[in-house]
Amino acid sequence: MSWARRALAVAWKDLAVERRSKETLNALVFFSLLLLFVFQFTLGSDRERLAAVLPGVLWLGFVLSALLALGRTFLVEREHDCWEGLLLAPGDKSAIYLGKLVGNLALMLLVETLVLALFIVFFDIDLGRAMPGLLVVMLLGTLGLAAVGTLFAAMTANVRARELLFPVLLLPVQVPVLLATVKATEGLLLGEPLAAVAHWVKLLVAADTVYVIVSLLTFDVVLEG
Amino acid sequence: MTLDPIVRVSDLRKVFGFVRVLDGVSLDVRGGEAVALLGANGAGKTTLLKILATLVRPTRGTATIAGHDVVRAAETVRPLLGVVAHGAWVYDDLTARENLKFWSTLGGLHADADDLAAALAGVGLDRVADARVRTFSAGMKRRLSLARVMLGRPRVLLLDEPFAGLDQRAKKWLEERLEALKAGGAALLMVTHSFGRELGVADRLAVLAGGRIALDTPRGSLGPDDIQRLYAVHTEDTP
Amino acid sequence: MVRTLGWLTAVGLLVGLVMAFGVAPREVTQGNVQRIMYVHVPLILASYVAFGVLALASIVYLVRRDAAADRVAHASGEVGVLFVGLGIATGSIWGKPTWGTWWTWDARLTSVAILFVMYLGYLLLRGSIDDPERAARYSAVLGIVAALDIPLVHFSVYWWRTLHQPPSLMKPGGFTGSTSILWPLLVNLLAFMLLYAYFVARRVRVLRAEAEAAA
Repeated sequence: MSWARRALAVAWKDLAVERRSKETLNALVFFSLLLLFVFQFTLGSDRERLAAVLPGVLWLGFVLSALLALGRTFLVEREHDCWEGLLLAPGDKSAIYLGKLVGNLALMLLVETLVLALFIVFFDIDLGRAMPGLLVVMLLGTLGLAAVGTLFAAMTANVRARELLFPVLLLPVQVPVLLATVKATEGLLLGEPLAAVAHWVKLLVAADTVYVIVSLLTFDVVLEG
Repeated sequence: MTLDPIVRVSDLRKVFGFVRVLDGVSLDVRGGEAVALLGANGAGKTTLLKILATLVRPTRGTATIAGHDVVRAAETVRPLLGVVAHGAWVYDDLTARENLKFWSTLGGLHADADDLAAALAGVGLDRVADARVRTFSAGMKRRLSLARVMLGRPRVLLLDEPFAGLDQRAKKWLEERLEALKAGGAALLMVTHSFGRELGVADRLAVLAGGRIALDTPRGSLGPDDIQRLYAVHTEDTP
Repeated sequence: MVRTLGWLTAVGLLVGLVMAFGVAPREVTQGNVQRIMYVHVPLILASYVAFGVLALASIVYLVRRDAAADRVAHASGEVGVLFVGLGIATGSIWGKPTWGTWWTWDARLTSVAILFVMYLGYLLLRGSIDDPERAARYSAVLGIVAALDIPLVHFSVYWWRTLHQPPSLMKPGGFTGSTSILWPLLVNLLAFMLLYAYFVARRVRVLRAEAEAAA
């Protein structure tokens, strides 16, 4: 099916460009390390306080990285005038959205895994039984961020004050995702089973579904010109 | 050569904010014909091109390509177009072949490896097909753009200063390519700033000034000096 | 017709304010500051209507590409943000003497604050795009996304504040529906709805004039 091939082509292209230039990846890795240091200097000494704020701090790190990654997702198109190429691509533009979404998801999950690993190592945290549940929450939360983030990134790609407007638009809309992921992570890190935070997980699933469907339907409109 | 114009622009107007960029432009381009569009900076040449490329909506008036309205039937029009703009639509970190493959897949063209190789050979890039575009010169990038465009076998070519930044050899090569496309029946609309041999491809000259086509004449035997004079007269712009 | 609307609004507001500050009884525990409720509640409710209209107009615009629908969405957004802002301000004025604080992160306040920021973003997006057609398209998409997000925001915030946590705060204005309070409230509600409609009508007129001048 041509739609799927086009989506795959976009995803492959983004990942290939990223793998070779490593621009965004380098920025994200460096940024994650920076976050780690900042958190250590401000919170690290008091282990009890750290344990209490860990879910929030972890997701703060994820969200800030997400803003960085998503804000750049159409940068390569803008820099090399490929934006027009996307606009003129025939057929359903939602294929481009899906390709971009998959590429962004892959990149974001990669960086989040790195951040998590850094946290485990440098803050000596034992995740143990919480790990599977945590991975589920990370996946759902990242999908939510990337789903709307990719749409809004396309909308703000060519407007004035893009770097400011993008987070201003994205963060309020993402409040449900932020709350759900932090609360679910909190519960999981306290040793609760996934079932105990099921309502948050269901909210994430509902939110992700809404976000992806709306974005698929409206991406054509955004890429009209 | 068909007698009916493939590109028809009728009383086109475009307003940006409070600026009337295009104020009643009418222009036709036939198949197998090349029209050079001249004008001062900011005269609206690129805007006209963008409207025909379905990238910008006109405020008023109509433009049709092969009978399809560019606004209402944009989806039908796009596959018929080949656009060569300032930016070459190239991803620096991909190879020439990968770039071509990407754009052809995105364009819904079913180009297999042989088609891609042939397209690259046609523009003389076969030896660097697997080199990253980052290493290419401006001329090579322009050639890659043309390879991309030609894969789609367009009926209309919209070119925005295609000769800019090319050396003499590349210019000659591009001239030949454009003549070949004309011979194949494509309609060419070329925005250009130069009055030299680049205009050799053009069958007609159109000057855009004051938001309108101030002059629309066959190039015939006009030399560069004549053209420059005509241009100055109609635009009050010293090129 | 707009002028009739204007006069109706003025009359409605006058009657409403007289009822709120004159006729309605003085609240026993909170004192006169409680009278702000007659302005605060209608402002917030009218803003909900504004954002609902914005969402509908956005859908209409995307389907029919009618510039009039876009103008209604735009105007509705402006009035909505204004009303929410004033609603939050009046709420704070009410809150300070009543609860001792200007602000608290309870479910309702947090939701309204998020609403305010979301639609402020809507106006910012519009302001950042020069091309009116693109601004209309993008704003319509944002308006729809925001509207669909509102139930998600409400649920998440409500759960955040109530699950495993006792209600942090009594809700002020727990009026038991006595008519002496209800009537001024309803009259003011109607008056503010009229005010919303009047502002939107005037604003749409201005926007249309601007669009026609440019064409």
